[in-house]
Amino acid sequence: METTLIYDGTFDGFLTAVFTGFEMKLKTVTIVTAQRFQQPLFGSSETVYTDAEKANRVWRGLKQKLSANELRRFYYAFLSEKPTVEDTLFQAMVYVFASKINVGSDYTNVHILEISKLTKNVGREKHRMEAFVRFKLTKDGVYFANIEPDFNVLPLIRNHFKNRYADQKWLIYDLKRKYGIYYDLEQVDIITLEFDADFDPSKTSTDIFAEIELEFQQLWNDYFKSTNIASRKNMKLHIQHVPKRYWKYLSEKQ
Amino acid sequence: MSFERVQEKLNILADAAKYDVSCSSSGSNRANTNKGLGNASNSGICHTYTEDGRCVSLLKILLTNHCIFDCAYCVTRKSNDIKRAAFQVQEVVDLTINFYRRNYIEGLFLSSGIFKSADYTMERLVSVAKKLRLEENFNGYIHLKSIPGASDELMREAGLYADRLSVNIEIPTEQGLKLLAPDKNRADFIKPMEKVKNEIIQYKSEKKLIKSTPKYAPAGQSTQMIVGASGENDMQIMYTSNYFYKNFNLKRVYYSGYVPISYDTRLPQIGTPVPMLRENRLYQTDWLLRFYGFNIEEILNKDNQHLDLDIDPKLGWALRNLHEFPVDVNKADKRMLARIPGLGMKSVFKILSARRYRKLNWDHLKALGVSLNRAQYFLICASNQFETRDLTAEKIKGLILQNTKSKYTSMLSNQLNLFG
Repeated sequence: METTLIYDGTFDGFLTAVFTGFEMKLKTVTIVTAQRFQQPLFGSSETVYTDAEKANRVWRGLKQKLSANELRRFYYAFLSEKPTVEDTLFQAMVYVFASKINVGSDYTNVHILEISKLTKNVGREKHRMEAFVRFKLTKDGVYFANIEPDFNVLPLIRNHFKNRYADQKWLIYDLKRKYGIYYDLEQVDIITLEFDADFDPSKTSTDIFAEIELEFQQLWNDYFKSTNIASRKNMKLHIQHVPKRYWKYLSEKQ
Repeated sequence: MSFERVQEKLNILADAAKYDVSCSSSGSNRANTNKGLGNASNSGICHTYTEDGRCVSLLKILLTNHCIFDCAYCVTRKSNDIKRAAFQVQEVVDLTINFYRRNYIEGLFLSSGIFKSADYTMERLVSVAKKLRLEENFNGYIHLKSIPGASDELMREAGLYADRLSVNIEIPTEQGLKLLAPDKNRADFIKPMEKVKNEIIQYKSEKKLIKSTPKYAPAGQSTQMIVGASGENDMQIMYTSNYFYKNFNLKRVYYSGYVPISYDTRLPQIGTPVPMLRENRLYQTDWLLRFYGFNIEEILNKDNQHLDLDIDPKLGWALRNLHEFPVDVNKADKRMLARIPGLGMKSVFKILSARRYRKLNWDHLKALGVSLNRAQYFLICASNQFETRDLTAEKIKGLILQNTKSKYTSMLSNQLNLFG
């Protein structure tokens, strides 16, 4: 009989669900977020309440079985938000805990291989966001950027931006997931914003942004054009590197 | 900073700098200190790509395009009738900082035409880097061009502020250089390169003893060669490249397909296509030398002075050395796995990990992402289905090409038509 465990969408919540799954000795289990949950025709369902202590126990258990790199892959894969990723991770954990030796890099196991592929996708998106964030200076002196990444990568890029832009206030907002990270020269906080109805994230309105902002955008666009070699034009390669879905917030592609 | 003036200069001086293909920002390890601005990410970041598909990682500009030299292949040559401009030091600093703060770039790549003298030019380049580091507390990536003939003292100072230094040898042979750049000689390129190499070695060994030793050009040196301007064959180019890798510990050699920019009769005429496929094969060879454990003599030698255009150099090598195959993927060492056509280093490492658990078969290899179209003729695995026919190199090549859709197919047929 199949059991569905429902969790709140957080990583700790997911690990708590894994803990519950093991505790109940469930073989066939589906773990879904409350948001995605649909009452199944057969089988039972149970809501899991996030418990940091249980989550930590699962994580510590994995840590003993896996290398740091392999452990990191479990977190990366989770952030992919792929609809079945919870089950993949659960099955992989069952395999890891059942084996006497470290099987974290056994790519002949479908779940381990899937996790490695998802990690690659999420890692690429993280790297893309480190590249494609375009800050715009607001009138209040905050460097603001909005993004719509394929995966939930804000937790992964946080440190990169904190280490790099230590002497300026900045805010990166994920419009798809409706939250952002804000650095106030001291620490990075998670924030949510209410945008005015007429706010257009792909434009640079001088109501919000500093006057010089448009000048620097212009210089950047000019530079982008000047540094291109027309006789080597290769749009296929260009689009492969900068897929069209990212263009709307890249000022050089307007 | 006057917007219009800077805008005009930027257009001229970015356009003039674009033929330098390097835009790499990797290999450094500079951390952000004292809550300053920036750090140099080890892996490097391409912030955008131009329509020609090249990475834009750095603000790549010339300080000026005034030049006392008259190198035929160069757009900035003295005799060329073009608009000239020159940045002030502060303008470059402001542009770099403001682009960097907006996350447009990883840092600055500053080169220059040579005005007055080598030292005078080098001094200005160094002063930009110095200002960025000392006055702006900038820890992002700085790549400076070493000006041929610059003094040792200036080169030593340059390395203290820059992450990477490069001097472009441009023409792979000395005869070619004499023909196309009569004002320059090889020794002038070698001198700053040699100095920087020795400083890097010295600073590294001092760093082992005294932790506070400052960084000296942590991302090393690179150079660039133009391909297809002066008639060299692939063997000459790659042997020169190999010589510089070996003797000057270079991090990278770049190959730049010549983009015709002049009606000079010594050079390919305007309208001649850029040899992009050939450039690609040279880079593949470069990779085989640096990451796959090949020796240059294995790929290019007296009997084989040209790289095949229709197949990659590793496949070419394998077809000439069929006696080394088939390789057993469940037993072979890393060196031999890396030599199987269709296997990249990532697949090699995945195979090495995965085969500890069980013997790999075709399905495993496919799931790992191995390109079986090429690999199948060169390996055996845990399966009794493998190539049993005694195929010749010609035959294998034909079978592989039949199932290959190269992005260069159209280019290839054009190039072949020229000869056929």
